[in-house]
Amino acid sequence: MKSLAARRRHPAAFALLLMLGLLITGGMYAAFAPTTTAQATAPAATAAEEVKAGEMLFLANCSTCHGINAVGTKEGPSLIGVGAASVDFQVGTGRMPLPQANVQAVRNTVQYTDEQIKQMAAYVASLGPGPAIPDAKYTDDLEGANVSRGGDIFRVNCSMCHNYAGSGGALTRGKFAPPLRSIEGKHLYEAMLTGPQSMPVFNDQNITPDEKRDVIAYMHELDKANNPGGNSLGSFGPVGDGYFLWLIGMPIMLGAAVWLGRKAA
Amino acid sequence: MNATGSHPGPDGHARPENPHVTGNEVSLDHGHVAGVEVADRFENPGLPPHKLRHADVDPKAAKRAEIQVASMFALSIVGTVGFLVAYFTIPMHKYVWIPWFGNLDLLHTLFGVFMGLSLLGIGLGAVHWAKTLMPDAEVVEERHPIASPQDSRQGVIDTLGRGAEQSQIGRRPLIKVAGGAALGIFALPMVVQLVGGLGPMGEAERELRNTFWRKGLRLMTDPEGRPIKAEDVTMGSVYHVLPEGIYDDPKQKPNEGQVFEHDQDLGVLERKAKAAVLLMRLPSAAFVSSKARDWGYQGIVAYSKICTHAGCPVGLYEQQTHHLLCPCHQSTFDVTNDCEVIFGPARRALPQLKITVDSQGYLIADDGFAEPVGPSFWTRKR
Repeated sequence: MKSLAARRRHPAAFALLLMLGLLITGGMYAAFAPTTTAQATAPAATAAEEVKAGEMLFLANCSTCHGINAVGTKEGPSLIGVGAASVDFQVGTGRMPLPQANVQAVRNTVQYTDEQIKQMAAYVASLGPGPAIPDAKYTDDLEGANVSRGGDIFRVNCSMCHNYAGSGGALTRGKFAPPLRSIEGKHLYEAMLTGPQSMPVFNDQNITPDEKRDVIAYMHELDKANNPGGNSLGSFGPVGDGYFLWLIGMPIMLGAAVWLGRKAA
Repeated sequence: MNATGSHPGPDGHARPENPHVTGNEVSLDHGHVAGVEVADRFENPGLPPHKLRHADVDPKAAKRAEIQVASMFALSIVGTVGFLVAYFTIPMHKYVWIPWFGNLDLLHTLFGVFMGLSLLGIGLGAVHWAKTLMPDAEVVEERHPIASPQDSRQGVIDTLGRGAEQSQIGRRPLIKVAGGAALGIFALPMVVQLVGGLGPMGEAERELRNTFWRKGLRLMTDPEGRPIKAEDVTMGSVYHVLPEGIYDDPKQKPNEGQVFEHDQDLGVLERKAKAAVLLMRLPSAAFVSSKARDWGYQGIVAYSKICTHAGCPVGLYEQQTHHLLCPCHQSTFDVTNDCEVIFGPARRALPQLKITVDSQGYLIADDGFAEPVGPSFWTRKR
């Protein structure tokens, strides 16, 4: 204890104490803060009950922007006819609820349980006919999918915005096509089906469910891809590679040249 | 310059004696030595005084430098040996996960690291050796006069004169004129190609002005090749479209008496490079121009996917703003207003393909493109 007291004026003591204080405060908050996710309702709810529960959730969480009857306001679009797939995509990827108005809703932490998302989707689907949540046989069971056909379809229909390797890319005025790495098959399918935000719609006549399944299988194959040639630099193509050369490769070369030219003291 | 040919610097620090210096060479400093002739030039500072390095004065430092150089060479040896060991022991296609790099091929990674060490060790060792232990005194090596002796130069002139005399060029004007003319115009073939282009002009123009599209061809999805029903193009949809039959018989040759309309004799990729089309459906009210509505079908419009700037595929359609963006140079086209350019280097709107439906409800082309698709070419005005 005496040695500790002797070191109380050590320059590191302040930083150490500060870290300790922050750690304790943060830990206490995590332990005592009320959990935000509500308890899931009992399973085996009937369809009508599900819609009812979804309506409750909608009124409590979404109606500020989308209106009391989901007909839309100045802040948010009407949800009539957008279908369960839209809700499942937007809420299931954390894009909704939108934390703040911006050029584009971005992927975020998911705020609701699967059960709650299902209820909200059921409520929105009850408002008007729209694309339903896709069958798991197209999104999860990818055994025997034609990966090469999926690649062909991806390169023609998707890669101009989402990049040849699914790394995403820029659109106009701050909008962008998000990267498609490690995305659940269900959400890939729903995005194609509903065309969220700037993305156009690729309905089941344009790209059939079987073809969508192939695209999903191709995307999962990309996720598994190895980097035999080293760091891919994000697979952004020549711009990313150019930045690497200008900002890292050339300074190293210049540094070496300066070192070679200097006299040893 | 003093008698021995060495130049005393301003501080009296004499350059080292150079055995090659005789005092008769062209002087590098042109006499611009302190206090002589041209006084309005700045003084020649001479070489800076030579500073001794640690290793020059301190045997301990020299020993340390020696060990450093040796250990760099040793590092290189480790790299070489490591490379050989990896070559013989690591199986191919074995992947390991390395933070920040992802899944790397172990063999290739070790090859790279060890070969890097091997080469870098030699390089660093050599440079460090040169910088710490090898002599670092600067030496000026004087340049000898470049001109040949006067009699050699006169000899060349005499030889040339004699040659001209013996070739009889002065006495035979016919050869002089014909030879001069031949030398004067031999560059014309090069100039003609440069000015006139290298392509077959008439034919190239036919290929550049037309595409595979013609009246009555169905619009097919790319890459699966299904015909498209107008009712299937829902609001906000984008279809990537190729003309019906574009994959048929590539490199067809016309039979006796047969005349192809367009492009049948081209390869599939050449056909696709011009005929790719983007099909979109917008709310009819969104269109500013009536041509878009007239040439489309119920708000379904088809535009060439080939950018009018550099020919990249313009595929980035923003459903909400109805803007089409070219990924190469960010040219932006407004679909609601005849695909006019609203941003970027393109200067012409994307050509629209006039479409309608056939008796079975499938979308067909009502005509080929009314204007050439893609970038400008040599006989195109804009």
